[in-house]
Amino acid sequence: MSNLYARISRESLWSNNIVFAQTLGLCPTMAVTSTATNGLGMGLATTAVLIASNMMISSIRHSVSEEVRIPVFIVIIATLVTLVDVSINAWAHDLYKVLGLYIALIVANCAVLGRAEAYAAKNPILPSGMDGLMMGLGFTFALTLIGAVREILGAGTLFADAHLLLGPAFSFMELKIIPNYRGFLLLVLPPGGFLAVGFLIAAKRIIDKRRARVSNVMPAVVVI
Amino acid sequence: MNLEELRGKLFYQTGYLAAVALLTTAALALADRATSADIAAAQARDMQQSLAQVLPGVYDNDLLKDTLTLDGPNGEVTVYRARKAGKVEAVVFKVSGNGYAGAIDCMMGLTRDGHITGVRVIRHKETPGLGDKIETAKGRWIYDFDGKYLGSPPHEKWAVKKDGGVFDQFAGATITPRGVVKAVKSGLDFFDKQRSKLLDDRS
Repeated sequence: MSNLYARISRESLWSNNIVFAQTLGLCPTMAVTSTATNGLGMGLATTAVLIASNMMISSIRHSVSEEVRIPVFIVIIATLVTLVDVSINAWAHDLYKVLGLYIALIVANCAVLGRAEAYAAKNPILPSGMDGLMMGLGFTFALTLIGAVREILGAGTLFADAHLLLGPAFSFMELKIIPNYRGFLLLVLPPGGFLAVGFLIAAKRIIDKRRARVSNVMPAVVVI
Repeated sequence: MNLEELRGKLFYQTGYLAAVALLTTAALALADRATSADIAAAQARDMQQSLAQVLPGVYDNDLLKDTLTLDGPNGEVTVYRARKAGKVEAVVFKVSGNGYAGAIDCMMGLTRDGHITGVRVIRHKETPGLGDKIETAKGRWIYDFDGKYLGSPPHEKWAVKKDGGVFDQFAGATITPRGVVKAVKSGLDFFDKQRSKLLDDRS
């Protein structure tokens, strides 16, 4: 059983990562990753939705029929996103001012429906929840990394405004990487998102190839 | 009939989808009831903060409740009025201008003799790094308006320097400050035209 969870974690975080391997959910990815903090916040909100949607969809997988499963899944996901949206608006309003525009974008993240179809509809509740958690963390990792690259090269800072997202205790994370930096606008604007994602996917492929070459004993990482 | 057979039936599928829709709608309705009061309170707090920023000082009424709706330059304008001992001392209202990437919404505060107490951008979609210097977090430009009124500078000088006015534009972004200046000017004209209604203590 623990083997199963280890495999889910490995695939979600690296070999089958939502952004770097599946290249899903690129719309919210491009929209929010102008800073690492925004990427982190979007990733965490998506993780919450993924866990809940995977577990709910897994729990109805026997009763729902093939023909209506897609609308049923979409209704459930859209409801969950709206619930997350109104609860953050009501009870974490400062966070909502940072993330508010992006929460609704989670509905447009095909990775959520993708996990429902590819995993939750075929597997028991607990592994589905685990899949949601790990896929979400893999997504968070990817978004934070893209955001960090764009923020450092585009504005010379890292985790700017982290205290708005995580509370004043985390203001130590707000770093000024390059002092007196004039900024590189291209990376802050949407094209910079495509560039950053492209280079990071290329880097991941190179790392995977190296690893496969180094150990012939270990099988190459499976990219689904 | 077992579940396998049932799942193939049209009435089961229709009923299932309807049941899911009903349940999720009920969940949303409950969530709305549970959160709407808190959301309204949070939005009122936001509003109060933005009012306090453009209108420093102490007034003895609740601005959020003392409102007036008048016809403004772009449709109806809600005006918040600040009083001392029943007398209208200052007004705050929202104005909009066109920026580089859509509308720029500003809050502006005016004393009863038409002097600007403050202007803040509350919503915009300008280019990060170029146009966003109109935010107080990114630059001090918006404070330029403080204390100015229609007459100082004179009416035709309410423009960015490129258009022969007195307000700075930014390197690489003229349209954004032009939009804000136009919005503020439209607010001053609105105040000028509606002054008697705005400052009427009895309404």
